Amino acid sequence: MNYQYIVQRLLLALVVVLGVTFVVFMIMQIVPGDPARVVLGPYANDESVRGLRDRLGLDRPFLEQYVSWLGSALQGDFGQSLLNGQEVAPQLWGRIGPSFELAMVSLAIGLAIAFPIGIISALKPGSAIDIVATMFSQIGVSVPTFWMGILLVIIFSLNLNLLPPSGYTPIAEDPGDWLAHIILPAFTAGFVSASIQTRFIRSAMLDVLNANYIQTARAKGLAERTVVVRHALRNALINIVTIIGLQITALFSGIVIVEVVFSWPGLGRLAFNAVEERDYPLLQGAVLVVAVMVTLVNLLVDLLYFLLDPRIEYV
Amino acid sequence: MHDSNYAARSPEVEGMGPANTLWRDAGRRLIRHRLSMFGAAILLIVVVMGVFGPALTPYDPNGMDFSDRFANPSLDHWMGTDDFGRDIFSRIIIGARVSLQVGFIAVSVATIIGTGLGLIAGYSTRITDEIIMRAMDVLYAFPAILLAIAIMAALGKGIGNAMIAIGIVYVPIFARIARAAVLGIRNEEFILAAKAMGAGDIRILAIHVLPNVLSPIIVEITLSLAFAILAEAALSFFGLGTQPPDPSWGRMLSEGRDFFRQSGWMGVFPGLAIFFTVMGFNFLGDGLRDALDPKLRR
Repeated sequence: MNYQYIVQRLLLALVVVLGVTFVVFMIMQIVPGDPARVVLGPYANDESVRGLRDRLGLDRPFLEQYVSWLGSALQGDFGQSLLNGQEVAPQLWGRIGPSFELAMVSLAIGLAIAFPIGIISALKPGSAIDIVATMFSQIGVSVPTFWMGILLVIIFSLNLNLLPPSGYTPIAEDPGDWLAHIILPAFTAGFVSASIQTRFIRSAMLDVLNANYIQTARAKGLAERTVVVRHALRNALINIVTIIGLQITALFSGIVIVEVVFSWPGLGRLAFNAVEERDYPLLQGAVLVVAVMVTLVNLLVDLLYFLLDPRIEYV
Repeated sequence: MHDSNYAARSPEVEGMGPANTLWRDAGRRLIRHRLSMFGAAILLIVVVMGVFGPALTPYDPNGMDFSDRFANPSLDHWMGTDDFGRDIFSRIIIGARVSLQVGFIAVSVATIIGTGLGLIAGYSTRITDEIIMRAMDVLYAFPAILLAIAIMAALGKGIGNAMIAIGIVYVPIFARIARAAVLGIRNEEFILAAKAMGAGDIRILAIHVLPNVLSPIIVEITLSLAFAILAEAALSFFGLGTQPPDPSWGRMLSEGRDFFRQSGWMGVFPGLAIFFTVMGFNFLGDGLRDALDPKLRR
């Protein structure tokens, strides 16, 4: 096993995470004018502004501010919310679970839609189902996520009264209610994700189906089902795993929107609320946790890709 | 095939035949691509709306008429009226200008900065390449809309800042594409010949490298316009982009959200406008990709 690849990939992830912390730190630095004044508003007196500047350490040199902020963040201390004075960290930890649940269910729904459509359309290129699949993927990537969420709420919540329009129930508290609440947001994010994945799965399967070893398998007289499942799909999976990895960032982007539309109590919703309230420490914490989560998931996918295909080498 | 490649790699001969043939062939393939022509037709309508908007609107897009709130679509108001009695059709026409403006400016920012960085990364030393591309990896680690929201939180609400935020978010995509394209040609004979003739790095990048990496960048510009319009709509929907009373499609959906049950068209028409415009760019982008793909050249 090529351990050099694993080590280099881990180092790269570390560099990216460090860079992510710098970008997140910069959020408050690029605020035009005095961030303390911006937070407190134009009518705040000078004493309050000075107090907040002291609290945020804005008078210290830039590098010192960053090192201090990074040191605290590494210990799980993201400061205090400017709005309610509470520690940011506990607020973040409580939001990771709902965001992660939504991401996983959305991914599962996306794959459940994309796999059969992508594979069948690759098996019958040019057929009616292939044309439908192509149209589906084109429509899916063109639909604004928030608009689709709203339409689903109007249809399934307001008109048919089948599912709740927003909110969240922890899975441990009431699994049935959790499921009822997660279906619409997860389907909204999963549908868009599925439309992109369908195209990639179809393309990956088509590449494999045209390979010589598939023709050999057919020439040996193997049943078509065996050729597709054991030979084609297995090899196409390597590319599909990569594609899923590339989709993770896009999926989280969709989830941020969905969380706001469906009032889902995740990190995206928290970040949005922080923007509304100009609560920079809370925003920095939420953005940092999401970006680190995305980086780690991408790292896991890359390592999985490496395990699936031992030919991979780090260049 | 050989002629086409030679033409692409020798921009100096542009206008003498082969280079023209390359782009003419791509143009022919694009015209034969039905979906891309459908996309182009949609975009033509949107561009006309955007350019001639004020002359096309049957009503003042911000004009309120409280005696005519929530009017159904009719001959007087083709798409009905909103909660202030404003004509939805007129607001959608003016909204096209906002969407196109944000899309084009944001993607221009991303194209210029991203392509520039990608060219430098692909052409320079390993250290410069590593620094630039790791920085791009960092930006790429953020979900696009979250990074845009964070940038807007710092810079402030408004359409100008939305353009900057969306532009920054898409810089890494262009950098990666440009770098990959440069790596594919940096050791080709015509580059080495230019170096041997004493051409400087900037001249080589601008005159010899850039024209040869244009195809994937043109395709990405088209597809990124679709994403930029979606991103602007999302930011405006969240109240961060276009500010009232200016109409934008995302803002119209946000404002009408509380009234969708009683007047569904307030949610349907702006959403359809976004959907068709984005689809138009996606269709055109796909067509361009096929038309400019060297594997498809005869």
